[in-house]
Amino acid sequence: MTYIAKPKVSHPGMPRNSLGLTAREYEGAVSTLCAGCGHDSVTAAIIQAVFELNIEPHMLAKMSGIGCSSKTPAYFASQSHGFNSVHGRMPSVTTGANAANRKLTYIGVSGDGDSLSIGAGQFVHAIRRNLNMCYIIENNGVYGLTKGQFSASADIGTKPKKGLPNQQEPIDPVSSAIALGATYIARSFSGDKDQLVPLIQGALLHDGFALVDVISPCVTFNDHEGSTKSYAHTRKFYHHVVEADYVPPAEAIKAQYDEGSAMPIELHDGSKIVLRKIESEYDPTSRAKAFKYLRERFNAGEITTGLLYVDDSRKEMHDLMGNIETPLSEYPLEKLQPGNAELKKILLRYR
Amino acid sequence: MASVNDVVIKIGTVNGTGSASANGLLMKSIFRMGIPVVGKNYFPSNIQGLPTWYEIRVTSDGYQARSNRVDLMVAMNAQTYARDLTELAPGGWLVYDSTWPRSKLLDRDDVTVLGIPLSKMCNENFDGARARILMKNIAYVGAVAALLDIDLDTIKKLIEETFASKPHLIDSNMLAIHLGYDYATENFVCPLPMKVEGMDKTKGHIIIDGNTAAGLGCMYAGATVGAWYPITPSTSLMDAFRSFCSRYRVDEETGKRTYCIIQAEDELAAIGMVLGASWNGARSFTPTSGPGISLMSEFLGYAYYAELPAVVFNVQRTGPSTGMPTRTQQADILSCAYASHGDTKHVLLFPCDPAECFTTAQDAFDFSERLQTPVMVLSDLDIGMNDWMVPDLDFDDSRIPDRGKVLSADDVENMEKFYRYLDVDGDGIPYRTLPGQNPKGSYFTRGSGHTKYGAYTENSDDYQEVIDRLLLKWETARSIVPEPEIHYSKFNKAGILCVGSSDGACKEALDRLSAQNISMNYCRAKAFPFSASVREFIEQHDVIYVVEQNRDAQLRTLLMLDCDADPKKLVSVLHYNGMSLNAEFVSRRILEEHSKGQAA
Ligand SMILES: Cc1ncc(C[n+]2csc(CCOP(=O)(O)OP(=O)(O)O)c2C)c(N)n1
Ligand code: SF4
Ligand SMILES: [Mg+2]
Repeated sequence: MTYIAKPKVSHPGMPRNSLGLTAREYEGAVSTLCAGCGHDSVTAAIIQAVFELNIEPHMLAKMSGIGCSSKTPAYFASQSHGFNSVHGRMPSVTTGANAANRKLTYIGVSGDGDSLSIGAGQFVHAIRRNLNMCYIIENNGVYGLTKGQFSASADIGTKPKKGLPNQQEPIDPVSSAIALGATYIARSFSGDKDQLVPLIQGALLHDGFALVDVISPCVTFNDHEGSTKSYAHTRKFYHHVVEADYVPPAEAIKAQYDEGSAMPIELHDGSKIVLRKIESEYDPTSRAKAFKYLRERFNAGEITTGLLYVDDSRKEMHDLMGNIETPLSEYPLEKLQPGNAELKKILLRYR
Repeated sequence: MASVNDVVIKIGTVNGTGSASANGLLMKSIFRMGIPVVGKNYFPSNIQGLPTWYEIRVTSDGYQARSNRVDLMVAMNAQTYARDLTELAPGGWLVYDSTWPRSKLLDRDDVTVLGIPLSKMCNENFDGARARILMKNIAYVGAVAALLDIDLDTIKKLIEETFASKPHLIDSNMLAIHLGYDYATENFVCPLPMKVEGMDKTKGHIIIDGNTAAGLGCMYAGATVGAWYPITPSTSLMDAFRSFCSRYRVDEETGKRTYCIIQAEDELAAIGMVLGASWNGARSFTPTSGPGISLMSEFLGYAYYAELPAVVFNVQRTGPSTGMPTRTQQADILSCAYASHGDTKHVLLFPCDPAECFTTAQDAFDFSERLQTPVMVLSDLDIGMNDWMVPDLDFDDSRIPDRGKVLSADDVENMEKFYRYLDVDGDGIPYRTLPGQNPKGSYFTRGSGHTKYGAYTENSDDYQEVIDRLLLKWETARSIVPEPEIHYSKFNKAGILCVGSSDGACKEALDRLSAQNISMNYCRAKAFPFSASVREFIEQHDVIYVVEQNRDAQLRTLLMLDCDADPKKLVSVLHYNGMSLNAEFVSRRILEEHSKGQAA
């Protein structure tokens, strides 16, 4: 497959964001994924999310590992730098990138194989550091790129195209992230753009590790009857518990929410994520309650979606370490060493 | 065995009993008397309880290697007493704690055993188990000082400096020194026929280990991101970097840190972090050892192909596998040179001592950013963890770091179009841009096949064009890496070639050989790819003794691969038991091979 450049024609009538850019300018190369692949819908949601957030393209960094899902950063934001790393290691590369330049907005795209098997260790430790990034898992229950083996997120009883149903306990990234202490945890479905876009926006703006687990069916290897990550199954058992809306800084929160059930969370740029609880018992600020609820609904076969947990009080990686705001990569090198005269003083210790 | 300033002291103790500071005190006092010293620590992979030794070679000639001879053994560990006794050279002396007298069976009639009741004296003079153990160590320093005629005032001054902030400890330490010193002078003829005498050979020198010097070098190079996973013998490199940064890397205005050290979850993550940071324009590095390199392999190949800078310190230890983690070797030469799958090769730098660790650390960042590729600094446990006497470190204030071909936002703005992997200058090095600067400079970094424009490809010709250009870059690397150190004696046909920490023993071996009227030339390569002068050196000689610290002659293999050297010319001298190399071994092995050559 060779590189196909997509002609960028902006129609005069196309809406522009505050930077004067159209959504087209946040697009990328033409996708080479299978027609109907859930991942392409996630790409579309990302484009809309960053366009609406007025993110300057050069201030966005696109990070990924290896897999069909990890290819997708090539398909959006072509004016942003991208780092398509090695299988399962996107978190470490993003950690280093962020260490060097904390001013960029990091969006990482991974797969269930990439994050829950080969990269499980790095996924866990990025959470532990509260790395400031938006971490999207395009979760299809299989290894798409290597042709349909089960991944660690395959549910018990899921039937593969060939062979026996899965018998192993699945790893759920959302409950894992709650247990590990991630500070923004959401789940959605590639086919539900209305829900997905604000969740990605909240994740991009959250100051810390933000996980968006997106059920993103693989039409080629895992969309048949008996697959719990198929379009049909997901639609049937899909269950919103908390609806999230993104409200830009300038806009007032509309009064459409019932008192008590609406919960605005202020983000660091002054914008807000407004959570609307559909399930009144659900508490997205309590790890213990969220975990319990999720397990119960999971056992009942439901796919719980929405912004499931959020904690904006915890410090992100740099602040935990007391690092300077200036990107380290921009700090002048000559100010980073104390010179020869000071070296001579240091040497006194070694005489 | 009468001698002045040519004595090897070996101290056998139990790990975890605090003998390190006593041994440091002993070595430094001799150094302060102006006499060159070499310190070697032989320690177990254990926190407490196993035997450990410290060896101090006093060498008026200023040799850098260990000696394989022991003249004065301080046998403080009952467990290893018998072994320590056998190691002593005929005519040598052995000091032991005679609180518990040894049986006569454990004597040798060609050495002199000196019993000093160290524990008994310390128990009488100090309270508390901890103090008694620590002071026993200081007491043997006092005894050795008397036996070798080490200047007491120098010792006192060192103790005063060490405990400047805890003055009450000065008196107790001096008391312990005197317990040992006085006992020795009262009971034995002091000094012994082998002793030390003040000289003037250590001025302008320091005693430092290679990891500290490398950590300091990273700070001076302007490294801001360090990622690592603890592994002996590399750990103290990051410890040093951290301690220098905590002092010198605090932003004046904000009081915040201008560095970021991340203890990664493993070496895979450590190198991933380094690559992410260097992609973003920070100088970043990771210190590790052999097992870490194995884990980093996939990413190192990625960095080679995606052309990302990275500085990796491999403080080599004894392999294979976990091997002997606290012993030294040069056995990762090949695994580093060719780390990763596919046609991958890496620039290696070989510092020979701590002073070179300091400069090589700085060079490594320059080369790595200039060449946009990982650069591995191959140190080893001997350099990294032992105390070496080296000339004062110097930093050139006018040094301008080479950041390589990085386009600024303005550069990009003025270009028609930016292509990441285009060889504009014909040196095989493309231009790069940094994220966060200019959307026109954006590109997609990938380890999959790409064209010279940076686009994904599975086209054979486009793929091969990039892979071939990387070879051109490799030749550029060859032309800029440090030149070897070469010494010619008078015209002759044989040469010694080595890298890194083999330097000291090889140079001393050259002296030993010339004392037997065999003169040889010398070449110490400082980098891979080997510069043209290494190839020339090989071509000039009929035989080259390749001295290295591994079993499989890895350096020799690399010379054959990279310099097309005639294997018949390259005669291996291999030392791989985990101990630091010594000149006696090198000269003996060369003589054996040399006489074979003469006979043939
Ligand atoms: C070290 C390594 N091992 C194996 C592979 C092969 N591989 C490529 S993608 C993939 C699985 C990807 O699965 P997932 O992350 O779920 O992505 P999807 O294709 O399903 O979106 C594997 C095993 C690889 N690229 N690297
Ligand atoms: S194989 Fe599956 S995951 Fe990969 S592109 Fe096709 S549909 Fe998507
Ligand atoms: Mg998958």
